[in-house]
Amino acid sequence: MGFNKYQVQHFFRNTLLHIFLLTVTVSCLFPIFWMIRSSLMSGTTIFTDQALIPVDLNWHNYVVAWTRGNFAVYFINSLIYTISVVTGIVVIASLAAFAFSRLQFPGKNAIFYVFVAALMIPLPGSFVPLFVLMNKLHLVDTRMGYILCMINVGLSLSILLLKTFFDKMSPDLENAARIDGCNQLQIWWYVALPLAAPALAVVVIYNSLNVWNEYILATVLLSNQDLMPLQRGLMVFNGPYQVDYPVLMAGLTMTAIPVIAIYLLMQKHIVKGLSSGAVVG
Amino acid sequence: MFVKTNGRYSNTKSLDAFTNFLFIVPAVTIFIIFYVYPFFELFNLSLYQWSGIGPKTFVGMRNFQELATDKVWWLSMGQAGYVTLIALTFQNALAFALALACDREIRMKRFYRLVFFIPPVLSEVVVGFLWNWMLNSGTHQGHQVGLVNNFLTHIGFPQLVHDWLSDPKTSLTCIAVVHSWKGFGWGFIMLLAGLQTIDRQLYEAARIDGAGSWRLFWHVTVPMMVPVIMVVVMLTILGSMQVFVLIFSLVNQGLVYHTDVPVIRIFSSMWGTNQFGYACAQAVVFGISLVAVSFTLKAFSNRIKQV
Repeated sequence: MGFNKYQVQHFFRNTLLHIFLLTVTVSCLFPIFWMIRSSLMSGTTIFTDQALIPVDLNWHNYVVAWTRGNFAVYFINSLIYTISVVTGIVVIASLAAFAFSRLQFPGKNAIFYVFVAALMIPLPGSFVPLFVLMNKLHLVDTRMGYILCMINVGLSLSILLLKTFFDKMSPDLENAARIDGCNQLQIWWYVALPLAAPALAVVVIYNSLNVWNEYILATVLLSNQDLMPLQRGLMVFNGPYQVDYPVLMAGLTMTAIPVIAIYLLMQKHIVKGLSSGAVVG
Repeated sequence: MFVKTNGRYSNTKSLDAFTNFLFIVPAVTIFIIFYVYPFFELFNLSLYQWSGIGPKTFVGMRNFQELATDKVWWLSMGQAGYVTLIALTFQNALAFALALACDREIRMKRFYRLVFFIPPVLSEVVVGFLWNWMLNSGTHQGHQVGLVNNFLTHIGFPQLVHDWLSDPKTSLTCIAVVHSWKGFGWGFIMLLAGLQTIDRQLYEAARIDGAGSWRLFWHVTVPMMVPVIMVVVMLTILGSMQVFVLIFSLVNQGLVYHTDVPVIRIFSSMWGTNQFGYACAQAVVFGISLVAVSFTLKAFSNRIKQV
């Protein structure tokens, strides 16, 4: 069997490429494996056991994190915030996007451009005046305050995504519904929203990840432990003094696994959402 | 045009405009209260001396004058710049190399793409704590506790064992590397998407003209990729300059000057020393510099496109 020069070259080049790609793959996955592995060690074996996979799997850390570490509260709070913020964004953004795309009213384009401009201007210290405002409105340390702020965070991009989608959608079905006597609100709910399902999926997943992973506003607005979401709770748990590493790792795993699971299930939508978010930013 | 059919009277047009407008009222209300108002309030408050409660004292530009000579502030700007520089070079070079590798006919392409985007979906708090644990420099009965130091001991380089996160010489670089670990998947995905839009016939044509791989890369791939590269560069700068939560969680509560970045300064002006006006002045200066950078880059990339 003979190989010509090009086949040999090709083979070596591809092998090198795979070595490179696999090295990076390992560097991506190993820390996550290490996090899960460390979450299953006991308070002493974590410092002494060198094995990749520990002999005794100490699932008890998850119970400790869930109860004594207060992670049950943080986890449920994160769920509450994620669900309410995403629901709010979907309703409010799709109403606005529908109007910007389909309906006529004065000042339409100008208002839309203000929303887009907001996406382009980075506002790194906005949490200072936002805190002052929330304090005036007595919304500091309330679920409502945090939810409203987070709805605002995701609003502009979601409007832009949905409006772009509505613009490309044929208005035939909507016009047919209009002839049948539907009003604008009915058309939005019965015709436009179901047809926009692909874009809504992107909006839902993008914003879910965003809310679940948010930290800064949760820190500025929430100081009551019973209201904190996971990211903030992790910071509280990891106090300045002694850190219980196995339990902390269990907390990290509980925070990260839902995100990784959703990513693996929905990766197409996520990549689409994140990159379209990036292009305008 | 076939738009409004639900009106019979002459004044329906303005009535329609009004009911149509109602669709954007919730969005506009939230936007004005939580974005527009704080936006202007940021500029307004930067002119006051204020502890967050009680009366404000108008001080004009004094906060900005003070900021101009605030060494800690400019140090933090430089440190964010250092993190950004490493992200721009190391992280983006890695992302580009990976994208080029995955743009070929190569097995497991989908698998690689799936894996490289896992770090970007994790939160900064999770990534920070995780790497804090792996870079831990503690010892327990003579054993290195952290994975990295432990590994270095085991492969026979105990002299490389180091206090990575507390030593001012290495802590900022560690932050930059972990930040790049978390972020390179972004650049990878965008650059790969860009590479895949390049017409394969361009490569064929250049190859027929006798161009080797290297010239193909510099004379076909790179020029075609300029718009995407500019977007990635801009996002890297904006993202890395604003790095903050990662530092909080990675450098274990160690809010010391040598790992300070602008957002941490703003944060500690607000919570640490209760100087709300000063915090706003810092935010204004920082925000304006970011906008200036992104506009310069945009103008620059428009120039390139025209050439």
